[in-house]
Amino acid sequence: MLNLLPLVCFVPLAAALILTVGGRRMPEPLAAVLGVGSIGLAALLAAMVGVAFFTSPLQGGAITYPLWTWMQVGNYAPVFALRLDALSLIMLGVITGVGFCIHLFAVWYMRGDAGFARFFAYMNAFVASMLFLVLADDLMFLYLGWEGVGLFSYLLIGFWFRDPANGLAARKAFIVTRIGDTALLLGLLLLYREFGTLDIQSVLELASQAWTVGNPTATLACLLILGGAVGKSAQLPLQTWLPDAMAGPTPVSALIHAATMVTAGVYLVVRLHPLYELSPVALASVGIIGAATLLLAGFAALVQTDIKRILAYSTMSQIGYMFLAAGVGAYESAMFHLMTHAFFKALLFLSAGSVILALHHEQDIFRMGGLSRRMPWVFACMLVGTLALTAFPFTSGFFSKEAILHHAYASGHLGLWWAGVFGALLTALYSFRLIFVVFFGAPRTNAAGESSTPAGAPFSHQLPLGILFVLALVGGFIHLPPGDVLPAHVDVDIGFAARLPVIVSLAGIALAWLLFVRLPQIPAALATQRATAWLGHWWRSAWGFDWLYDRVLVRPFVWLTRVNRDDVVDPLIGFVAVGANQVGALVAVTQNGRMRYYAAVAGLGVCALIAILALQ
Amino acid sequence: MTLVALLLIPLLGGIVAAWCGRWSASAARTAALGAMVGALGLSLVVWTQHDFGITSVPGVEGVPSPWVLEYRAPWIPALGASIHLGLDGLSLLLVVLTNLLGVFAVLVSTREAERSGGFFYLSLLWNVAAVVGVFLALDLLLFFFFWEMMLIPMFFLIAVWGQDQAGGLTRNRAALKFFLFGQASGLLLLVSTLGLVYLHYRATGELTFDYDRLLGTTLPPDVAWWLMFGFFLAFALKLPIVPLHTWLGDAHCAAPPSGSVDLAGLLLKTAAYGMLRFTVPLFPEAALTFANTAMWLGVLTIVYGAVVAFSQHDLKRLVAYTGISHLGFVVVGIFAGTGQALTGVVLQMVAHALSAGALFLLCGEIQARLGTRDLRQLGGLAEPLPRLGSMVMFFAIASLGLPGLGNFVAEVLILSGTFAVAPVIAIGALSGLILSVAYALLMVQRALHGEPVGAGGFSDGAGAGPLLADLSARTLGLLLVLVTLLVGLGLYPQPVIDLVNAPLHAIEAGYRGFEFAPVFDPAGASSP
Repeated sequence: MLNLLPLVCFVPLAAALILTVGGRRMPEPLAAVLGVGSIGLAALLAAMVGVAFFTSPLQGGAITYPLWTWMQVGNYAPVFALRLDALSLIMLGVITGVGFCIHLFAVWYMRGDAGFARFFAYMNAFVASMLFLVLADDLMFLYLGWEGVGLFSYLLIGFWFRDPANGLAARKAFIVTRIGDTALLLGLLLLYREFGTLDIQSVLELASQAWTVGNPTATLACLLILGGAVGKSAQLPLQTWLPDAMAGPTPVSALIHAATMVTAGVYLVVRLHPLYELSPVALASVGIIGAATLLLAGFAALVQTDIKRILAYSTMSQIGYMFLAAGVGAYESAMFHLMTHAFFKALLFLSAGSVILALHHEQDIFRMGGLSRRMPWVFACMLVGTLALTAFPFTSGFFSKEAILHHAYASGHLGLWWAGVFGALLTALYSFRLIFVVFFGAPRTNAAGESSTPAGAPFSHQLPLGILFVLALVGGFIHLPPGDVLPAHVDVDIGFAARLPVIVSLAGIALAWLLFVRLPQIPAALATQRATAWLGHWWRSAWGFDWLYDRVLVRPFVWLTRVNRDDVVDPLIGFVAVGANQVGALVAVTQNGRMRYYAAVAGLGVCALIAILALQ
Repeated sequence: MTLVALLLIPLLGGIVAAWCGRWSASAARTAALGAMVGALGLSLVVWTQHDFGITSVPGVEGVPSPWVLEYRAPWIPALGASIHLGLDGLSLLLVVLTNLLGVFAVLVSTREAERSGGFFYLSLLWNVAAVVGVFLALDLLLFFFFWEMMLIPMFFLIAVWGQDQAGGLTRNRAALKFFLFGQASGLLLLVSTLGLVYLHYRATGELTFDYDRLLGTTLPPDVAWWLMFGFFLAFALKLPIVPLHTWLGDAHCAAPPSGSVDLAGLLLKTAAYGMLRFTVPLFPEAALTFANTAMWLGVLTIVYGAVVAFSQHDLKRLVAYTGISHLGFVVVGIFAGTGQALTGVVLQMVAHALSAGALFLLCGEIQARLGTRDLRQLGGLAEPLPRLGSMVMFFAIASLGLPGLGNFVAEVLILSGTFAVAPVIAIGALSGLILSVAYALLMVQRALHGEPVGAGGFSDGAGAGPLLADLSARTLGLLLVLVTLLVGLGLYPQPVIDLVNAPLHAIEAGYRGFEFAPVFDPAGASSP
């Protein structure tokens, strides 16, 4: 059964190829069957692999399938090899399982689009790349998947390419993440130089032999790899692309920018955690970046008006929690939160997609309102997703977030713990603001008043929401697969500190109710006050990072390329030609056809020669 | 004799094509195509029939010759010049590439050949023959002969079948610019060659232009440096390296599509080949002292080419500048000189020839449909022209170095090989990876995305204006061959690596010696 593993990757890849070749000629139902069926088949195969993994424990808890050697130059020989262990199994399940739900939903969401087949080709190819990323046994192979997901993220953000704004968002995402990726590649080059291999297990083993804790090269390598991780996972300082990436179709946001690709950075850090253990500085940076991002994104989410941007900042914030967990050494909690987050955030995005379509592509939450009566099923989904997001007791998010904060406290990272607790308050505030504004009160526009759960509510709409609904609710009871990939933790009783996050987040929900249902005049007043309005504006622009990068990097670069469009070197080289012409003209003067002049010059020359000879 | 045949097939094919051109362009085309396919077939047969894995160091007594095939005939005995041809894995790879792109150039040339078809194919095939000669010549005078011979057919291709640039150079001026830069390069090459031959004569009393003989000539260090610098400059002008690159954009813009495919795919590769074959092996110590400067020039070329490419309006000029940027990696890799870097250099030459060749071909297709290559007037082409759109997208992505495609393997090998000896330079070169995303995606945006250029009178058939035809099945087939090759290079480059391993090993040994080995290579760590 385990040897089905390569098929899990290659089925979506093959489907992507067929969909590409078929293109517009392919009828929509066929494209849907292919696009969704391939992921469904992959999910099924992955489930069989998972069952086999549980029932017959492997030696060393992992199995490797070498496919072929990519290239061999001297001692450099990266191998295309798939490796299955507890860690990659979690990712495998999330990618194919949640991926299947989202693909199915996309059949409904994208119906009638001219690029239907193209959409599913990209989505399937994305899934294949993502699977390569998490199954790769060699860092260079991982990098292939890493860049592959970046490419398909770009193609899918800019899927509706008629609008140049979408193209800009897509390019921004690709370029910003590429900056991180380049740091990652540099980190890989450094590791290769040190160890002569990029095979993950060998690198981890050799590193622990060759380096002691605190080795500066280890720190450098870890920080460079962290650069790649923060780029992909939209963490400080490379976080600016994620909100703009919402320009893509909503299923894309759910799959790539919530459930899978953006969590790749977390996976990378966890996968390489023995390396990070060697560098306390790098590990601390992971935690601090996570904490800073979760607060920054939490404040930003608080004042957004676009439903998808709220969710985008929320994703950024939740990934911040995962980084925080990895930073305090709670790798298992990080992966746990990654999984539950994939469930509830995919649910939230798909529900939001449902709302958006019902309101004819309206995304402004202040043009919605009162939708709970109009779309009860979508409201239920959104509510469950939100409860899980705010870590409401016994929902999936509760267990994972509690585990993270528990470990942060128990390991003595009090600063990070406080950030996480305050983040819980922000989470409750911004997510219930969304719920109250969108689903409660009176409809704010006609469209909101006339909306209803989409016509006919086909099963491609209902089933994915249903599955994710259940998972978001009870996903916290799923136990992570066994294995010795991640270090086990000893349970410590931390007393009241364990309960504080729950209290804070319940208080946050109450405060949100107070502010957005009971006393809506307070936020309205705050919006008109000069100081608070300015603060709101600052938060809405996510602390002005876009503005800063635009001034410091983008504009100077564009200016430089504009002024040098005609290539300043060209006229400089042209001076050679001009010079040759000038000298030619000068010498041409001597050829004037006057015999006397020639004779005189010849005589002078002879005299000069004699003089030279005589003087020697 | 096989080597002579590799040279004679395009030479004679050109004459036959010119003769057939008296009746019709299509007859000339058929003749030219036949000759190129024959040459390609022959070079592939050579690949399969011989073992290219022999490792040996040229010029050292008692070691078997590194040349898998060799041919010698007297030429000018008084000067010590002979017709000495030789072929190893490196030259074979480039000959195969040359013949392949030769076939492509013939196939895409329907439009040019309408005017004096016979002469057109004569120029095209003689250009190919000269390039093959460059890759095979082992006599420095003969090498110089072929080096000069490349210029003339290309001059005609640009000047006769080229196109004037609105607001830019006329095709004649562009051809002249190309020719003058080529001549400057030839002069430097000749002077340096003569200098080397003279010093060799003074040292040994033997007057010879033979490559094998001249290898390992002992020279005073400062003279060796200047000779090395002469060879370097001669090739740097053709590669080209910033700031000697300004002829390239104009030449490409003026050249017809088949000419651009030739120029990017073949002529520029001869310069890289020259550095690999002559500059470094003939003067290893001098090259080593110059390595840092050369690598920094390579980084400058990478960055400058990419920055200028970013803001170009002319699609073809943009692609030309991206080529400059990519060839900067070649310079970095050659002077890093480690086995990995050199392998990357060769792969980069192949991958860039394929991807840039395809992009120039696509520029020609766009221009044929819309009458312009100006990005300000293009847009939204992906919608009316899905085939063309997806092909431009693919090759743009290849050129930004996506893993899984040939260009990435090449660049990562160069970077990794350079990082081992010059980490700071490798970091500088890495910036090229970010800049390439910027220009490639902007190009895609401006040409393919956005509203279709309906306002200008073109539509996808729904509105008014002429209907745009998508790529023909034949052009698409040609491009798919290139796609397959790039994917093959990206996922399994081993056949190419094995082919060039022996000659590159020899170059590395002569240049870097075995002074450095991987810092830390525990047994078993590198073997899967």
